[in-house]
Amino acid sequence: MKPEERVEERNPIEDFLRMDRIPHIWCPGCGIGTVVTSFAEAMKKSELDLDKVAVVSGIGCTGRVAGYVKFDSFHTTHGRAIPFATGLKLANPELKVVVFSGDGDIAGIGGNHFIHAARRNMDILVICVNNFNYAMTGGQVAATTPLTANLSTAPFGNFEYPFNLAYLADACGATYVARWTSLHIRRVTKSIQEALAKRGFSFIEVITPCVTLYARRNRLGDGLNLLKYYYDKSEMKHGADTRTVDIDFQGKIIVGKFVDKDKPTFLECMNTHLQKTLGDKYVPYGVKP
Amino acid sequence: MKPAVRTGSHYITGDVACAEGAIAAGCRFFGAYPITPATEVAEHMAERLPDVGGTFIQMEDEIAAIASILGASWTGVKTMTATSGPGFSLMMENLGLGVCTETPCVIVNVQRTGPSTGLPTQTGQGDMMQARWGSHGDYELIAIAPSSPQDCFYHTILAFNLSEKYRVPVLVMADEIVGHMSEKVVIPDAKEITLVSRPKPKGRKDRFRLYEPGPNGVAPMPAIGEGYNVHVTGLTHDERGYPSMTVEAQEQMMARLKGKIRNNLDDIIHTEEYLMEDADIVIVSYGISVRTGLTAVDEARKLGYKAGLFRLITVWPFPEGRIKALAKKVKAFVVPELNLGQIRREVERCAFGRAPAIGVPHCGGWVHDPDDILKTIKEAAR
Ligand SMILES: Cc1ncc(C[n+]2csc(CCOP(=O)(O)OP(=O)(O)O)c2C)c(N)n1
Ligand code: SF4
Ligand SMILES: [Mg+2]
Repeated sequence: MKPEERVEERNPIEDFLRMDRIPHIWCPGCGIGTVVTSFAEAMKKSELDLDKVAVVSGIGCTGRVAGYVKFDSFHTTHGRAIPFATGLKLANPELKVVVFSGDGDIAGIGGNHFIHAARRNMDILVICVNNFNYAMTGGQVAATTPLTANLSTAPFGNFEYPFNLAYLADACGATYVARWTSLHIRRVTKSIQEALAKRGFSFIEVITPCVTLYARRNRLGDGLNLLKYYYDKSEMKHGADTRTVDIDFQGKIIVGKFVDKDKPTFLECMNTHLQKTLGDKYVPYGVKP
Repeated sequence: MKPAVRTGSHYITGDVACAEGAIAAGCRFFGAYPITPATEVAEHMAERLPDVGGTFIQMEDEIAAIASILGASWTGVKTMTATSGPGFSLMMENLGLGVCTETPCVIVNVQRTGPSTGLPTQTGQGDMMQARWGSHGDYELIAIAPSSPQDCFYHTILAFNLSEKYRVPVLVMADEIVGHMSEKVVIPDAKEITLVSRPKPKGRKDRFRLYEPGPNGVAPMPAIGEGYNVHVTGLTHDERGYPSMTVEAQEQMMARLKGKIRNNLDDIIHTEEYLMEDADIVIVSYGISVRTGLTAVDEARKLGYKAGLFRLITVWPFPEGRIKALAKKVKAFVVPELNLGQIRREVERCAFGRAPAIGVPHCGGWVHDPDDILKTIKEAAR
């Protein structure tokens, strides 16, 4: 095929990717790329001014997402994507700020920032790729590792209770909480679209295969086997009580949109409150006249 | 909205003066976490920022505070945080991110005594080496040490100006006494204050390269949301800002990060000299210790000693050249500081054996008795 003919084959999501940085670093069969595809699709379908979208990642395999998406994008420090994103959003409220990072980054080292951003109802979308382990560093146990799963720092299997991230986000006040697996490509896309259209703290967890580490160490087969597991064991339950959506090792995965509600964001609360207490002398912040 | 510059004569603390300096410099985002003796900076910013169209947020910890100001800075806004020892320690990793990604911001450290919780919350100057080397890896940044509330006002403006001009985090290394003492602070007319803003890119967006240096070695910086699609990473990166995992890329990036500071030392380094013309015993001092140092110099002069004082306003980068030159003609350096000799060692390094650098160590908690400095001057003159 001549190069000019290949133009025909151009993937429509290429506009949202930094093609000059492809090939990416992810392993064949890794699910992170699929989630990025869903994200790009959602961006394509959204009516957002793409110049006003910023993507922030922490560190990890998933943390590399910021380096491949063609938006203003930030690859920050491990666990600190959310506070960095908070600064972006507050200093320029016009921006749509998306945090895209791993479970270790968001719920392990960055857990404190996660709960506080949810509590404040900071107007950002957090997409968390949950592969049940610290993949970038070679497959260590994480705060999300299901009981008994084997990882390099849990060589006899995990005996720590894992986080149920959907419940955590919900309990802290998130206004949108959904969970999918990377198999649910269209659902993830739609969920991201929905969350982008909302104001407030949105959290989308995507259960994603780490074939190289988590799957191999637990003898779960290849990427295809994991997708089959997701297919067999996911159960869609929109509006499920988040207290009931724990994940057991190779057990049932409850997916769906669990929370979708509206409440004033941090900035809206700030403006309303300061207007009330300071009166006319307060000029509302970040509101176009 | 209220005027950003509160022109007039005020009787305020150093902490409040830092906050007023920040507002006057154009700071419009503050990420906070309370810690004595820096809390009053945050408190004052919380009250003032809504007046001037800015945002204040108290974050969940100091790591979040510094992360938030780095993020906010990329929107084109001038940003600051303020802390003290324990919080300063927590900020170190993201200070490195700020240096590596060339993100302008100002961090005030109102020093207290350490190690650890130390003597909460009495004065100290024990974080001077941490300011220089506290984050991992090699790097250059700028640190300034105010000696009075009036300095706090002007030096915070200076910190913003240098930070914007060189795209580097700038540290304002105050201490508990300077932060908490109330003195007269004169705030001039807004038009008498020189403000500097980061260089902005010109030309075609599609040809834009995030870290292509301008004439002074500093790359222009777009704000996000302007359509430049920047990628900003703490990984070693090339001029496009893209990660590049090679020894050459590391060398190039480091050369740029270092060069923009080292090649502009004359502009960055601010010092003051007192009775230095004929001095053969030179006190090298910074921050609160300048004040006790000056008293000691006056006393020494009365007794006939040829004492002078060389004041570091900019502590980092260190004024090596001036110390080197002085070392050739003076008899000795005397370095009083509220630590066990951090800057003394630096003076010794630059003096290169040509003149001794004699410390007046103090474990912190209070300032030197000027008599102790005087005693050291007398010994040095012997
Ligand atoms: C402060 C700090 N501690 C540790 C690391 C090492 N580290 C890099 S990535 C990572 C874990 C990433 O796990 P996760 O966020 O789940 O991302 P994944 O690689 O699984 O996608 C760790 C511990 C680091 N970069 N910084
Ligand atoms: S190690 Fe796991 S998470 Fe990382 S790229 Fe490979 S498969 Fe994906
Ligand atoms: Mg992970």
